[in-house]
Amino acid sequence: MALGARDASGLSTRGLTKSFGGPPVVKDMEFDLRPGEVHAVVGENGAGKSTFLKLIAGVHQPDAGQIAIDGMPVQISNPTVARSLGISLIFQEPTLFPDLSVAENIFMGNHPVRRPLPFIGWQRMRAQAAELLQSIGARIDPAQPVGDLSVAEQQLVEIATALSHRARFVLMDEPTASLTPREVERLFGIIRDLTARGTAVVFVNHRLEEVFAIADRITIMRDGVKVGTWDAREISRDEVVRRMVGRELADAPVRTPAQPGEVALEIEGLTSPGVFRDVSLSVHRGEIVALAGLVGAGRTEVARAVFGIDPFERGTIRLFGRPVRFRSPREALRQGLAYLPEDRQHQGLILPMPVAHNISLTILDQLSRAGWLDRRREREIAQEQVRRLRVKANSVTQAAKSLSGGNQQKVLVGKFLVTRPQVLILDEPTRGVDVGAKAEIHRLIGELAAQGMAVLMISSDLPEVLALADRVVVMRDGRVAGELSRSEMSEEAIMRLAVGADGRAAV
Amino acid sequence: MRRQEAGTAGQALDVAVPRPVEGVLAINRGLARFRDLGLVVAIAAVAAVTAVRSPQFATAANLQRIMLDISLLLLVATGQTMVVLTRNIDLSVGSVLGLSGIVIGFMLKDHPTMAVPFILALGAGLGLLLGAINGALVSWGRVPAVIATLGTLTVYRGLVFIHSGGQQVNPQDVPRQLLQVARPGGLGLPPMVLMALIVAVAGWVVLRYTRTGRAMYAIGSNPDAARMRGLQAGRIIFLTYLISGALAGVAGVLYAARFATVNPASAGTGFELQVIAATVIGGTSIMGGRGGIPGTILGALLLGTIANALAVSGVSGFWQRAVEGAVILAAVAVDAVIRRQAVRGVGRRA
Amino acid sequence: MLKERLRELVQHNGYELLLVLLLAASMAFSASLSPYFLTVTTLFDMTSQFMEIGLMALAMTLVIILGQIDLSVASILALVGVVFGLMNERGISLGVAIPAVLALATVLGLINGWLAVLFRLPALVVTLGTMALYRGVGQILLGDRSTYGFPAWFVSIDFRYIPGTPVPLPLVIFAAFAVVFYFLLHRTTLGRLVYAVGNNAEACRFSGIAVDRLQVMVFGLSGLMAGTAGLMMTSRFASARWDMANGLELDVITTVVLGGTSIFGGRGTIVGTVLALFVIGTLRYGMGLANVLPQNQSVVIGVLLILAIFVPEAWRAWRARPRRTARRGGEAPAQVAGGKAG
Repeated sequence: MALGARDASGLSTRGLTKSFGGPPVVKDMEFDLRPGEVHAVVGENGAGKSTFLKLIAGVHQPDAGQIAIDGMPVQISNPTVARSLGISLIFQEPTLFPDLSVAENIFMGNHPVRRPLPFIGWQRMRAQAAELLQSIGARIDPAQPVGDLSVAEQQLVEIATALSHRARFVLMDEPTASLTPREVERLFGIIRDLTARGTAVVFVNHRLEEVFAIADRITIMRDGVKVGTWDAREISRDEVVRRMVGRELADAPVRTPAQPGEVALEIEGLTSPGVFRDVSLSVHRGEIVALAGLVGAGRTEVARAVFGIDPFERGTIRLFGRPVRFRSPREALRQGLAYLPEDRQHQGLILPMPVAHNISLTILDQLSRAGWLDRRREREIAQEQVRRLRVKANSVTQAAKSLSGGNQQKVLVGKFLVTRPQVLILDEPTRGVDVGAKAEIHRLIGELAAQGMAVLMISSDLPEVLALADRVVVMRDGRVAGELSRSEMSEEAIMRLAVGADGRAAV
Repeated sequence: MRRQEAGTAGQALDVAVPRPVEGVLAINRGLARFRDLGLVVAIAAVAAVTAVRSPQFATAANLQRIMLDISLLLLVATGQTMVVLTRNIDLSVGSVLGLSGIVIGFMLKDHPTMAVPFILALGAGLGLLLGAINGALVSWGRVPAVIATLGTLTVYRGLVFIHSGGQQVNPQDVPRQLLQVARPGGLGLPPMVLMALIVAVAGWVVLRYTRTGRAMYAIGSNPDAARMRGLQAGRIIFLTYLISGALAGVAGVLYAARFATVNPASAGTGFELQVIAATVIGGTSIMGGRGGIPGTILGALLLGTIANALAVSGVSGFWQRAVEGAVILAAVAVDAVIRRQAVRGVGRRA
Repeated sequence: MLKERLRELVQHNGYELLLVLLLAASMAFSASLSPYFLTVTTLFDMTSQFMEIGLMALAMTLVIILGQIDLSVASILALVGVVFGLMNERGISLGVAIPAVLALATVLGLINGWLAVLFRLPALVVTLGTMALYRGVGQILLGDRSTYGFPAWFVSIDFRYIPGTPVPLPLVIFAAFAVVFYFLLHRTTLGRLVYAVGNNAEACRFSGIAVDRLQVMVFGLSGLMAGTAGLMMTSRFASARWDMANGLELDVITTVVLGGTSIFGGRGTIVGTVLALFVIGTLRYGMGLANVLPQNQSVVIGVLLILAIFVPEAWRAWRARPRRTARRGGEAPAQVAGGKAG
């Protein structure tokens, strides 16, 4: 769809460019936002979507280019200026003040004051907050501390805050990442209300079903540049994917399922009140069992309990038939169970440290005699892992943070492989990893299983699940909703279990 | 949601925070209210026990002594409360008090007829300047508050010695009109006590009813979000140090009024510890974002009562430092329990 | 070839070279104040004045790399001196008393660690409290008086030299500890763990590292070194008081921070700490030669502490300035600047 003359009303950008000391993250970005529209921005990880939003919201300053509102160029030097121009950004993770009440969070910096003295009118603030919350159908007590709320509720508070600023342009960065389907529906209802009032919404999202459910227009970004903008009715999902990736998606190699061996990991009736209940599953040697479910279903919590990070109240865990109860990750690793955490940057790797030091972290006591570290052996082991996993790095002395997401993930895998685990729990192993590295990691997982590893893979990526898993255990709201064998597996089947047969997730 | 914990330098360490389970936080809030009640009970208990054991505790003269001590503490703790709310700390207040006392005290030798309000203003002005240096270091120099105020604590104390040349301010140097401030006046209370109360109330009003005051809470609760929201954190933090310094400067003058002497070696030494103790005991979290003046008042009351009780019971003054240290530890531990989030980092439910 | 090597040297050890320059400047300053300064005996004897600071700074380096801080070291030093003196007064043989107080010092440090870990309290506040508590206990035990009367073989350690050399014993002891700490930090698992936890404690937990135990241990080590310093100072002064080493924690922290250890954790070296120790030591000595009172000297040290934050941070910022390196596509880079992890 060709872009013609600049729209007179709404927000537009021309030639917006931003780099952080390297190649540009956003390059020459041209964008038009019309009042009252829902405009989705999609692209792979690293396409520059978040940075683009932050440029509009005044969090970053562009190196070049221009932003215009209603045809007039504007300088958005900080978020306050953005707010005064009617731009509101709602982050992926809510940025709120946990100790303060909902009402205060909404009005911070802007509390209603009782004239003539500049004193805050608390009652009036609470009343106005209640009004705003009601207008978006949120049943939240304005006096509650925000730290008590769930992520979905916190998001609603952010939206109420945007409303309180009479935002004309609301930018949302992956708002549905932590929401249940019901909450997503509620969010979409709010978005429709907002646009009905003339507010424009920019919506960055990975989930194409959601994008097509709500968006009027779709802009695709790739490598910091705009690929194009289409009316949502004029483009298909496949085409969007193709343009996002820039190439035909090869069919994921279907894994030849190995013959499963003995039961490696067995969980029975695992319960942690309020978090998960009666979880039972088993993983055999050579098997890849996927643990699917929506965000919030409790999958990571189960893994953490098994790994010994969090306590649990009831249930048994058996490793090769032997009952175990790990009180710390150290114990688990020693007995051959490894867990790769979800957040590789904060929980997995130590970014400033060299690759070699990251890899050796889990086996330091093996690499030392009486405390003395054998650095040569450390380097050898690291080089071996780098070779085996095909990590693209100049040397093992390179800092982990200089690697790309996919290579960082491989280093993370290597770090736990050196502990010679027999059971491997992976938590979102390809999150934030580009398509090429993703395929490599899938192949790697397949290889590990073929060599006899028992793999439990937590994944929200359904195509990934279908490509790799021998079985799928689906969790919903802290319980096992069902299990599917390879022949029963399909995206709809998994979704149905994850969401609940009647389409409504339990509250 | 990621919570920020204070690293040693007060920098924000990202720690993921668990989705709170309903019951736990409700209990914790109950515990917080329990803490306030507990403080009142503790104050009453200490007072009662001491009154029984040492009859001179409950005399009018002694009660006045307690009030004067508490007002000095409360005055400075009001400023410290604001600093701590923003997730910072001001360790230099004792040295500021000393420096103000010495400088103003010596100056009064040559101007014995200066009016009290003017004297106080000078003290405040000096304190303001010293506080400005702290504020500049912390908010613009990006020096962690601990280090900055540890440094200025030493520098200012050094300046006390330099300026005093080893001499102290003696009773004959302190003008009578200033001494009156520590003696009962109208309303039966010494003006000093009224001053402290007024300042405390003013501080409470600012913290509860002004946007700047509420921003102090926000900055301590989530400094990143405060920045994103354009709350002018730098300026507000600077302001808190100005206030803390000014109040400590006034306290220096009042110190001279109360004790009629200012010894460069001992005036205000260790005072910062008491001030921080009062602030923290009163429920203002050392991580910022929670607390306030009413708690600080209770904290100052408790500390002042304990100190006096120890002295009156004949327990040697040597115990005071150890007791203060123990009290700080206890108070902060209680705060940590109340604030208990899961011990290990937890992510969102996946 | 030489130019390459030189450039590499500057890149990797630039900060330490800066410290060497500062040391030279400091010595030049002191030499200008007194003709006797540059004599061998003076130089060696001078060091005895700051070896206690050095001992504590070695351990404090680990504490700060770990991301913690220990304000109570001087108080532990004093309490150890007091208890040691009291034991001596009661006729307890030094062969028993010395290990006993060293054990006490370690326990005092462990208490810091336990409180910080158990209650998840910031070390700042815990050690602020124990700083007062420990010194207060010393005050309770000994009151205002000094304790003295130590056996002749124990006192005046600074007047004992390696036979035939002008090298005083305190320097030898410090040097031995410095070497131990160097290897501890840069060659053992403990040292690696200290860097790792200081950079990212959460990731270490997931990697099976006993983070809490490490933190408690390092605080214990800090206490032990403070205790050793307490014995050394008691020997030097042949006496102990509750207020000995008052405010010395400032010197210790300044030394560590000036040495290039980042107050934010994750970075630091023993070499830097040792260099900074001598820079500050020579400076103080020079001021002493110029008849600057100790309190006033502290003013300079206080200013130095603040500057000590600026200079390393500015250096790091200059080194990390954006260069034409290829960066993988992605969002804003991590906040942590590059630097050697040891």
